[in-house]
Amino acid sequence: MSAPVLSVRNIEKSFGGIQAVRGVSFDVHKGEILGLIGPNGSGKSTLFNCILGQLAPDAGEVHVTGRNVSKMRASDLNKLGVGRTFQQLSVFPKMTVLDNIILAGQEHHGTMLSRLFGPSDAGLTQQAEQLISFFRLTHLRDALAGSLSYGQQKLVDAAMALMAGPSLVLLDEPAGGVNLTMLANLKERLVTYNAEHGTTFVVIEHNMEFVMSLCTRIIVLAEGHIIAEGKPEEIRANQTVIDAYLGG
Amino acid sequence: MKRWLRPLLLVLLLVLAIIAPLGQGNYIVYTLTSWLIFSIAAMGLNLTLGYAGQISLAQASFMAIGAYTTALLTLAGWHWVLAMPLGLILCFAVGLLLGYPALRVKGHFLAFVTLAFNTLVFLILRNEEWLTGGSYGLVGMPRPDFGLFSTMKQLPFYYFTLGITVIASLVMWGIVRSPWGRAFKALRENPVRAESLGVDTRRITLLAFAIGSVYGGLAGALITPLVQFIEPGSFGVGHSLRILLMVVVGGAGYFFGPFLGAGVVIMLPEMLRFTAGYYLIIYSALVIVMLVFVPSGLIGIGGRLREKFRPRREVRADMREGARLQ
Repeated sequence: MSAPVLSVRNIEKSFGGIQAVRGVSFDVHKGEILGLIGPNGSGKSTLFNCILGQLAPDAGEVHVTGRNVSKMRASDLNKLGVGRTFQQLSVFPKMTVLDNIILAGQEHHGTMLSRLFGPSDAGLTQQAEQLISFFRLTHLRDALAGSLSYGQQKLVDAAMALMAGPSLVLLDEPAGGVNLTMLANLKERLVTYNAEHGTTFVVIEHNMEFVMSLCTRIIVLAEGHIIAEGKPEEIRANQTVIDAYLGG
Repeated sequence: MKRWLRPLLLVLLLVLAIIAPLGQGNYIVYTLTSWLIFSIAAMGLNLTLGYAGQISLAQASFMAIGAYTTALLTLAGWHWVLAMPLGLILCFAVGLLLGYPALRVKGHFLAFVTLAFNTLVFLILRNEEWLTGGSYGLVGMPRPDFGLFSTMKQLPFYYFTLGITVIASLVMWGIVRSPWGRAFKALRENPVRAESLGVDTRRITLLAFAIGSVYGGLAGALITPLVQFIEPGSFGVGHSLRILLMVVVGGAGYFFGPFLGAGVVIMLPEMLRFTAGYYLIIYSALVIVMLVFVPSGLIGIGGRLREKFRPRREVRADMREGARLQ
């Protein structure tokens, strides 16, 4: 098997006396869609923030395509090929949908100076329009992102995470607050993108239907450590997971 | 706005700016020149505050740096064209330094840091008499002379300032329409998200301050030959607040906002002169009323009227889809 796209090694993180993450390790390989699930307070978001450099872990390391990224800034991590979305809506509301998506790719083209003096587009508009069309948002191309519905903004957010052609994308509760129609659209688009581009996804989600139908593998966290790992059908049948999280 | 309408409107505005001082007395031409110069200063603050979202109460101090550098060098015999760029380079460097606190403090705290900086510059100008002339200031700076075109008289100096304003506006237009402009707006709206998309928010914050400061310096470099007398009191905190008012009144984050704002802040008191001692009261009341009813500035009035008479198309297509599900 090839080297993992993401390798998490013995991550530990405490807040005061509370140990939020306790020695978590796992690998994610190219093309996988990994789901991270668990009850509230199980350490999912803390782990996510440690992976993305927003929290410094007390111990352990994170490697992306073999490179230690434990102390890397978010902008450098993005340039290394890591895209992400946030639990809260995080589009730029006073910019158009097109500008939001172009922005998500522009820092990957040229140098700081060439972005000021060079051609302002560099093919980004065409690339952004393809993504807008892919997420079926063409009719909203020139609308201000802030004027869109919650679900539409989630789609724009996802498109922004994909604009730079990342090798790894981390999605933080992408289904939260999204209506059924939009949710089906989002899932179908992510699966298609994964199949077409081989992009690796890691998804934190509470919507079990969404996770079980989207992910190829699932890790279950409880009280800061991994209690189960496997394919969706294995997780559904796992008695420890049923007791700790899914319920009867 | 229709695509062809914008350039037509711009040409019309430029023609208006060219014919406005014709046949006017020296004082009106002087006031119009002041409007152009403060538009440049406000344009710089509009980049720092309106586009990049970084509050600054120090724009007058950059006018001071530009003004004093140009004044000292032109008094030493340099031509304005050579003295001015040195002032701008100094403003860029000092603006970069002032940007560093913005990496750590935000909002009101940043406002106080910049306010303290403005006070510091004011005190240096007042106390370092050997260099700045202290409270007496500097006097007798020559206006630029280009041989066939001399700016010694008020009208040629107005056209000279108009030319510089057009160039400065084109450069600013290029900046805000470039990927840098997009990064500035992203910094204003959501810096954490911008960073996660590869935007180096530290660098772009520093640049927002440095470029905004350069525009302040350019305004200062033009004030020097206009008034031919500068003293520290012309660059105090009150003047920074006045430039901030221009940006807010015109419309922060809108390209033409600073021109409108500077026009109101400079011209309105002149227009209200007939009210004698009441002009400041009327002026203040008008500004308060405007900020209450049009917080997005004068530019925002156009948008509000457009929304009222031609509401935008509904973009929430999912609502229609949701309705179909029932």
